[in-house]
Amino acid sequence: MSPSRAERTLRGKVAVVGIGETTYYKHGQAPDPEVTLALRAIMAACNDAGISPLDIDGFASYSNDRNEPSRLAAALGLPELRFSNIQWGGGGGGGSAAVGNAAAAILSGMSDCVVVFRALAQGQFQRFGTASGARTVSGEQALTFPYGLFSPAQRFAMRVMRFLHENGLDPSVQRAIALASYHHAQQNPRAVMHGRPLTPEAYDASRWIVEPFRLYDCCLENDGAAALILMSAERAADMRQKPAYILGVAQGSEHRNGARAHNAPLYATSSFTTVAPHLYAMARVLPKDVDVVQSYENFTGGVLMSLVEHAFFKAAEAEDFLTFENLTAPKGRLPLNTSGGNLAECYMHGLELQIEAVRQIRGTSTNQVPDADVSMVCSGPMVTPVSSVIFGSEATLS
Amino acid sequence: MSATYLPAGLPIPVPEADGLDAPYWEGTRRGELRIQRCQDCRAWQWGPEWMCHRCRSLRMSWEQIAGRGRIYSWERAWHPVHGALKRHGPYIVVLVELPDYDNVRMIGNLLGDPHQAVTIGAKVEAAFESHDDTNPPYTLVHWTLRGDT
Repeated sequence: MSPSRAERTLRGKVAVVGIGETTYYKHGQAPDPEVTLALRAIMAACNDAGISPLDIDGFASYSNDRNEPSRLAAALGLPELRFSNIQWGGGGGGGSAAVGNAAAAILSGMSDCVVVFRALAQGQFQRFGTASGARTVSGEQALTFPYGLFSPAQRFAMRVMRFLHENGLDPSVQRAIALASYHHAQQNPRAVMHGRPLTPEAYDASRWIVEPFRLYDCCLENDGAAALILMSAERAADMRQKPAYILGVAQGSEHRNGARAHNAPLYATSSFTTVAPHLYAMARVLPKDVDVVQSYENFTGGVLMSLVEHAFFKAAEAEDFLTFENLTAPKGRLPLNTSGGNLAECYMHGLELQIEAVRQIRGTSTNQVPDADVSMVCSGPMVTPVSSVIFGSEATLS
Repeated sequence: MSATYLPAGLPIPVPEADGLDAPYWEGTRRGELRIQRCQDCRAWQWGPEWMCHRCRSLRMSWEQIAGRGRIYSWERAWHPVHGALKRHGPYIVVLVELPDYDNVRMIGNLLGDPHQAVTIGAKVEAAFESHDDTNPPYTLVHWTLRGDT
């Protein structure tokens, strides 16, 4: 007999046992080719886990990563490749999904040790925040580019503008999200913005990139690579590091989210309205149980919407909930983006958020939340598909 | 004042290789705004797709519509990300909802003062902007505030 839906779960079956990163660089300043950055991050994650790279038999990534598993496996000299997977969709929407896909491969027996990785050297390729030099465009781009609607900030500003309108919110509601990230980066020596604090006054005085986003509402663009090693919970228990168990993971988006030319029926969402309930159901966790959240910041307004859709507060309560005190470790009500994230640590396309979520479970964050047992990542707001994951400590498994 | 809302040199829109949206671009050249309509369930559809999202029919036609709608959302872009927009200054993009056509939404620039206050819900109408000297030539659809609000 096939297992029921309730029995088909990743909860507690797979864990992150190793994490690794390169140095994080300003865009264009990485001294290595992008593929070398990927290899360095993978080697660092193996060292952290205490395994040989030869133990890896699978790869998972997202967002059109240019570094194919077959090339990486050959470069690393792996005895065999058993799983190579990339999540569809752009932006950071695949960060948690890649972890979920890797875990599913392990649970199903297709693979034993999967590395989830992402490498970016935007200086060697095109930056996300600039328009290409294309002379002609077609399809969705033909309906947007000729109107000056090019960059991710320009693509998502109208979704956030509509959300603010529907809920009677001022753009300044986004401020505390940026302040929390910059504050956390000051304790994090890896962060690109370490030593460069942000004051409320500087935020308010910063220029508009595209209304309703000011400069500090927008993510960085960086070069670097990051990697996580996943294994079955059984093997993870014998590894060097304290395992971060996957409690739940979900990906996707709601009805016709991808309808072209901004025709998603539920326009003013970050795309999590159907994903978050699946996440909580698999994890058997409630929003109030979550100790710390890493929420992908392409733009702060997307974080606001992600937190609403993950039911941490209602949109109407945003002004009261989104305060610097509530969002900062160690004592905030919901410490957010505790490494500095995409705004102030590094735009590692959100994989740095997975690593930080694991650190919180291990107790090794530079902005540690005391006794963090339940650690969430929301990946991708406003793109499709998006994804989320909840990690738990061993204590959450009983 | 420039003849076009945004400076010359931005990418030229061309129909998709599979011809999906060719009727739209051919229509704008003639000053006609056309969107898709399902020949079976009569649903209006935009953006273009080969299948009707409501009844999954593949019999999609193109019908001319009245370019009248209301602003559903907007943004004012300040930071130029394309070379042609350097030193141009801010410009407004609007997302316009068309209540007469199943609330499909269309994108365009809001003509007029780029510094104007924009009100969600304001009534707008389509305005055609021809680019006759490009290769190939094309016509964009913009939006302008309607006097009868």
